[in-house]
Amino acid sequence: MIEDARLLDVAEAWRREGRRVAIATVVSTWGSSPRPAGSQLVVDERGEMLGSVSGGCIEGAVIREAMEVMRGAPPRLLEFGVSDEQAWEVGLACGGRVQVYVEAVE
Amino acid sequence: MRLALLEALNRARAGKREVCLLRFLDTHEEALVVDGEPGCGGPLGEEVLAAARAALREDRCRLVETAQGPVFLQVFNPPLRLVLVGAVHIAQALAPMAALAGYAVTVVDPRRAFATDSRFPDIALLDDWPDEALLALAPDRRTAVVTLSHDPKLDDPALEVALRSDAFYIAALGSRRTHQKRLARLREAGFTGAELARIHGPAGLDIGAVSPAEIAVSILAEMTAVLRRGKAELASREGESAS
Repeated sequence: MIEDARLLDVAEAWRREGRRVAIATVVSTWGSSPRPAGSQLVVDERGEMLGSVSGGCIEGAVIREAMEVMRGAPPRLLEFGVSDEQAWEVGLACGGRVQVYVEAVE
Repeated sequence: MRLALLEALNRARAGKREVCLLRFLDTHEEALVVDGEPGCGGPLGEEVLAAARAALREDRCRLVETAQGPVFLQVFNPPLRLVLVGAVHIAQALAPMAALAGYAVTVVDPRRAFATDSRFPDIALLDDWPDEALLALAPDRRTAVVTLSHDPKLDDPALEVALRSDAFYIAALGSRRTHQKRLARLREAGFTGAELARIHGPAGLDIGAVSPAEIAVSILAEMTAVLRRGKAELASREGESAS
């Protein structure tokens, strides 16, 4: 287990090694979202990741977006929730909605 | 996020500063507020600066709507600390549990046979007298102090220092009868009833804990409730469940 704050040390270290790094951060939640605002996930271009932005249900979708951001796309704000048809697809069926900000370390 | 800003953020965190990272979600700009003052990043409006200061004070990340658009405020406050007085069996269970929950734990016991590295691997140990140790550690509003030694010579001086600090949680292990005697001694020492009401005694939530590990769970649970909900709300909930 790794504390959220320490993930940023990892992000810095990875970037210094020359890896492409993206940070995903929960910026808002409604209902019974599993991880509070401020929760983070750090991922590199090979998909190595630390931390979490949900109980595991939306990480796959977040990482797909993170790959594009690492390849030069601007930061983006993602939203997942049960009101969305996609919710079942991404698996956030636990009754919550969550907004995740995805950015690259440049 | 620019690497330079990430480095500044990590440096400030390592230096135990209170840091708020601001992300302007529309413009993708970013800034830091360190110890309440604008740090790295572009100029900040008064409105945004005030919101960052409030988030730091309340230790809560949040998304705010401002004249500059939506801003996510991410708070990095110095770590939670737990000071345990008495390197006893319960401390051996509570120290690693609290470390997992994110606390930097220090165990204080002047009795060298108790506070040994083999009994407390990876935990900071101090063999000073508890009042001296507590004064040096200077408990703040992110610090919990729990006395476990059952020895008034060790526990009382620690409690006296803790009561004069901003520690968010102060607790003393011992039966109700022992606690009444402890309160009487501290009253003698000049503390008022209101001051003494800050001490959770007997320490921990009433969950029927028996073993040292279970007692550690009950203490960590109570500490968590006070940290996250505040003492007043905890008291009212306990009142409800008792009635």
